[in-house]
Amino acid sequence: MASTDFDTEFETGAAACPGCSMASVAAQRARQQAGAEDETILVSLPTIHCAACINTVEQGLLALPHVRDARVNLTRKRATVHAAPGTDPADIAADVERLGYEAHVLDSATLSGDAADRAGRDLLMRLAVAGFASMNVMLLSVAVWSGAEGATRDLFHWISAAIVMPAVAFSAQPFFRNAWTALRARHLNMDVPISLAILLALVTSLWETSLSGEHAYFDAAIALTFFLLTGRYLDHRTRSVARSAARELAALEVPKAWRIGAEGDEKVDAGTLAVGDLVRVHPGARMPVDGDITDGTSELDRSLLTGETVPVRAEPGRAVSAGEVNLTGPLVIRATAVGRDTSLHRMADLVAVAESGRSRYTSLADKAAKLYAPGVHVLSALAFVGWLAYTGDLRVALNIAAAVLIITCPCALGLAVPAVTTAASGRLFRHGLLIKNATALERLAQVDTVVFDKTGTLTAGTPVPTNLADMPPRDLQIALALASGSAHPLSKALTQAARAAGVVPADVTDITEVPGHGTQGTWQGHPVRLGRAAWLGAEPLDQTAAWLRVGDEAAHPILFTDRLRDGAAETVAALEKRGMRVILMSGDSPRAVQSLAGSLGIDDWTAEALPADKAARIEALSAEGAKVLMVGDGLNDTAALTAAHVSISPASALDAARVASDIVLLGATLSPLPEAISTAGRSLRRIRENFTVATWYNIIAVPLAVAGLCSPLIAALAMSASSITVSLNALRVR
Amino acid sequence: MEVLSFLIPISIFLGIIGLAGFIWTLRTNQYDDPEGDARRILSDTYDDHPAED
Repeated sequence: MASTDFDTEFETGAAACPGCSMASVAAQRARQQAGAEDETILVSLPTIHCAACINTVEQGLLALPHVRDARVNLTRKRATVHAAPGTDPADIAADVERLGYEAHVLDSATLSGDAADRAGRDLLMRLAVAGFASMNVMLLSVAVWSGAEGATRDLFHWISAAIVMPAVAFSAQPFFRNAWTALRARHLNMDVPISLAILLALVTSLWETSLSGEHAYFDAAIALTFFLLTGRYLDHRTRSVARSAARELAALEVPKAWRIGAEGDEKVDAGTLAVGDLVRVHPGARMPVDGDITDGTSELDRSLLTGETVPVRAEPGRAVSAGEVNLTGPLVIRATAVGRDTSLHRMADLVAVAESGRSRYTSLADKAAKLYAPGVHVLSALAFVGWLAYTGDLRVALNIAAAVLIITCPCALGLAVPAVTTAASGRLFRHGLLIKNATALERLAQVDTVVFDKTGTLTAGTPVPTNLADMPPRDLQIALALASGSAHPLSKALTQAARAAGVVPADVTDITEVPGHGTQGTWQGHPVRLGRAAWLGAEPLDQTAAWLRVGDEAAHPILFTDRLRDGAAETVAALEKRGMRVILMSGDSPRAVQSLAGSLGIDDWTAEALPADKAARIEALSAEGAKVLMVGDGLNDTAALTAAHVSISPASALDAARVASDIVLLGATLSPLPEAISTAGRSLRRIRENFTVATWYNIIAVPLAVAGLCSPLIAALAMSASSITVSLNALRVR
Repeated sequence: MEVLSFLIPISIFLGIIGLAGFIWTLRTNQYDDPEGDARRILSDTYDDHPAED
């Protein structure tokens, strides 16, 4: 590509001015080379909020020598940085953090489709054309309604036709296309009566105008298009906001891996790994692929896959699954399955089975359309036949049929649902909930049973020591000294808790960390160890514990429990107060589950549940008629999330779980849950009210239309009035 | 009433200018960052690195 540009530039320029064109070509080449290798780095900036923030970040980044260009987008809370080749995105994020703002690197490949929201722009363009045309035609219609006659009226009708015909041909295309697809599949949807009404209105109006008739429906046809497009656009925007936020969550986890190549380690995209590759996994990192450990010992946190909180030992020969977190020592893994074939894939069968249940849900709008579409057609056809039989005049009969179709056209119905869901989604988004699915709100409103996963959902996934108070001060001091020399999560938790309790570390020397086992050192000439039960010769417990041994004394356990997620207790209490059934289902050991269930006051709990068990239990509950809300975060929850009537997962969940759920909880706390359910209930009520308003308006207006008393003026007024009522009613949800 | 033959084309022409203006803003990505643009106008530093794409 670059070389073709070079050639053409050279040839065309050479004829005019060889010298200067050569110079410009050289400059262009230089620019192209720089541009081609420039790194485009996207950084998410969740805390920026003002003009000063924009300036600080942009000026701060531009001051760096390797940054060529930096641009902050305040709406998306994101910065696009063009930097010199080889710049590490993590460095840019660190630079922004130094400026005083939280920053996370976003994977630009995941977000590539985000910028060009073609469908949204297309709809907005059609909306603009329809708006322009309807304003002009309304003004022309004022003259007709205020009594223009003869040639003037005909002139105004013809001008209206000239504006409306092309405008409708362009703006109403989405309706025509949808209606055509539905008709070809031999069923009716909301777009069939809409298209028919618009087309019939145009045809009769043209005919009337050509006969110098009194009534033309050009204004009604274009206003109808405009209102319905507004509904479509609102609907599209709500969904695209949710989609882009969900994509941003995925892009936050830049899936990188360290591949061991011929020339040492190299950092590559996890997607490029192949079976047989050797991959180095550093402590704290997630397994990018399924594989076997070839070198190193460590411990693995499998809580996202199985719900178990007790770490598992890792040593050469053991198989690991993608998604497990390496805790202590570096591991080398030979990949046995990559990408779609990893353990995620094993869940796919379960998810596919559960999916078939979900798709059976018909939204309120679809239900309304099913009743509505045939009714409208029958009514309009009856009016046509009746008037044709009564007067014998095709022109009158066609006029009346068109009036009936326009009056009954689901303008309010088309706005009723999108306006409410837009308002409600906006409100929930401010509370930290992302509605991913169009019908999720309706389904959330019907919930009567809530099933929680334990690890990572009700708990925060960070351990806290529970029996520090029972330990002798000497042991505590030694434990603190040993723990502060390790990066293991249990050690970190112990250090934090002991420091907070004011413990001073004992004087322990020669502290070394033994990956996969623990930490050891020397205290007053005695060897001291803090680590796994087996390493210290103790009997393992069925609870997360680190063991401490001083000299030859017996080893003492330091027990850990998972910290409750913020708002977990209040949320469970609030849900039970509403009369909902709360169930806890976990893959963890019975004791851990029981103690958590006890502290939250949940009577109904299951432990050691396999992914299939969870899904089966939810299906059983659904079979009993319960509407289940599943809240979960792990890979072991994906089938259950899909099987449930509606599902929520926290932002910290695995990507697979977030994809499977309808709603994503963005904050760290569970407390918006009860509020979300009541907002959903309220918006469902608003949708029903809107349907009622639309129905009453039809009940009043349709007899007028059938009786032939409905002039285009009444049609236009009634249509606008009902659309505005419905929109205002929807805004009450906010 | 002959004045209508001037006024109507003129009013439609003006409307079309508005519509074309809107379509131009839409095509040149001027709605990508409404919030940021609203704030930038308040800042006294000249915005000499406008968004390119």
